[in-house]
Amino acid sequence: MAMAMAMNRIQHLSASNILVPDWTSQEVSTGTTIMAVEFAGGVVIGADSRTTTGAYIANRVTDKLTPIHDRIFCCRSGSAADTQAIADVVTYQLGFHSIELDEPPLVQTAANLFKEMCYRYREELTAGIIVAGWDKRRGGQVYTVPVGGMLVRQPVSVGGSGSTYIYGYVDSNYKSGMNKEECLKFTAGALSLAMERDGSSGGVVRLASISEEGVERVVILGNQLPKFSSA
Amino acid sequence: MSSHNNGWRSAAVSTGTTIIAVRYDGGVVIGSDSRASMGGEYVSSRVINKVVQVHDKIFCCMSGSLADAQAVTNAAIHKLNFHSMQMGEPPLVQSAASIMREFCYKHRDELSAGFIVAGWDRKRGPQVFEVSLGGMVVEQEFTIGGSGSTYIYGYMDAKFKPGMTREQCLTFTTNAITLAMDRDNVSGGVVHLAVVTESGAERQLIPGNKLPVFSRVLLVNEYLGIQVRVVVRGNAFESFWRAQSTRRVVRRV
Repeated sequence: MAMAMAMNRIQHLSASNILVPDWTSQEVSTGTTIMAVEFAGGVVIGADSRTTTGAYIANRVTDKLTPIHDRIFCCRSGSAADTQAIADVVTYQLGFHSIELDEPPLVQTAANLFKEMCYRYREELTAGIIVAGWDKRRGGQVYTVPVGGMLVRQPVSVGGSGSTYIYGYVDSNYKSGMNKEECLKFTAGALSLAMERDGSSGGVVRLASISEEGVERVVILGNQLPKFSSA
Repeated sequence: MSSHNNGWRSAAVSTGTTIIAVRYDGGVVIGSDSRASMGGEYVSSRVINKVVQVHDKIFCCMSGSLADAQAVTNAAIHKLNFHSMQMGEPPLVQSAASIMREFCYKHRDELSAGFIVAGWDRKRGPQVFEVSLGGMVVEQEFTIGGSGSTYIYGYMDAKFKPGMTREQCLTFTTNAITLAMDRDNVSGGVVHLAVVTESGAERQLIPGNKLPVFSRVLLVNEYLGIQVRVVVRGNAFESFWRAQSTRRVVRRV
């Protein structure tokens, strides 16, 4: 209650006082673009790198691809605090579960743990998460857990504020049966287009490909992003 | 819009929509979907044509509140007609855009409608103008508008190339509207097209079953631990039923 009153006072101050910028009272958000694609043998995941508090870019080199286990990653969008907290909890739970089982955990298990948390606390959380990884039973898998706590597996999934701009591009360019290189190119292209249009997405493109052999991470800097001609 | 208690009955009719106009060397291609919705729940018309002819070679696409858009369009047709008679020659596309902008800007607090004005005139050839909600006018090579347009920004940026032919523009426009209709629940129906060149204006209609299909990949039967990925080519209704019927028989289509 005291925190809420303090926030109100700060908001009141910043609203009337031009010397205190608005973003001092805004929540930190990963307004973002995240994407994951399955291919035979693994998954490719990607994200932009911008974290904003209102109009201020709090971090322009964020890493939104968070490892949950050796071959399982999650892409975070929504409130930065909420998603970091959830990822920490799930990492702990999954690590414990994996030790109990004495074998690497399933991606579906990780996804269900995220879903349990996001659904149970849905009123308090703002988190849109894509869980992707490789396991021995089912190979590469992508599960999406959007705001609200639904869980569904999809061959390709996009999320975050910038994702709305690339639905058309993804729908028209996705083909099943792409290999790893094609998936990387597809993801980098889609993320660049979204970063071009969405004010809350930008910076660099972070990609990772997860397969039986391991995790390979790539960073594509701003001047190396694929260019598209547009009006 | 209090659509919470009574649902669509108390919601205003809106053209949640997808509209697009593209300029090419000899003319412009204009397209729109055909759905008018109320409250996002009820489709009040599935065949409405949002591509309105404001003069012989000038068209405009409506988006936003249907009532506002129609009112502004009708007023603009009247004014443009009068202007054209006074000048004794066909009006400029820029004049049409200017007239629409005047209405939108003057009554910006009461209106909620955006437009795309496109056409051909003798002075500057084919032109596309976007007249947005508050009354801004911007001339562009191509422009998209309406609620469905957000989903195709990426597609447009990737696919648009300057110097396309008329056929390429038609394909481009149709594909873009189809992709937007697939994702936006308040856009749908058929695709209305219009092509405006020096020789005149020509309208086209592409019904739902002739729209381009982007493959649908469905994941079925996951709970048994078997992934059956069914790639079905067809419209959404067809693919749903096909997926249901392949639950027993594993078949690669």
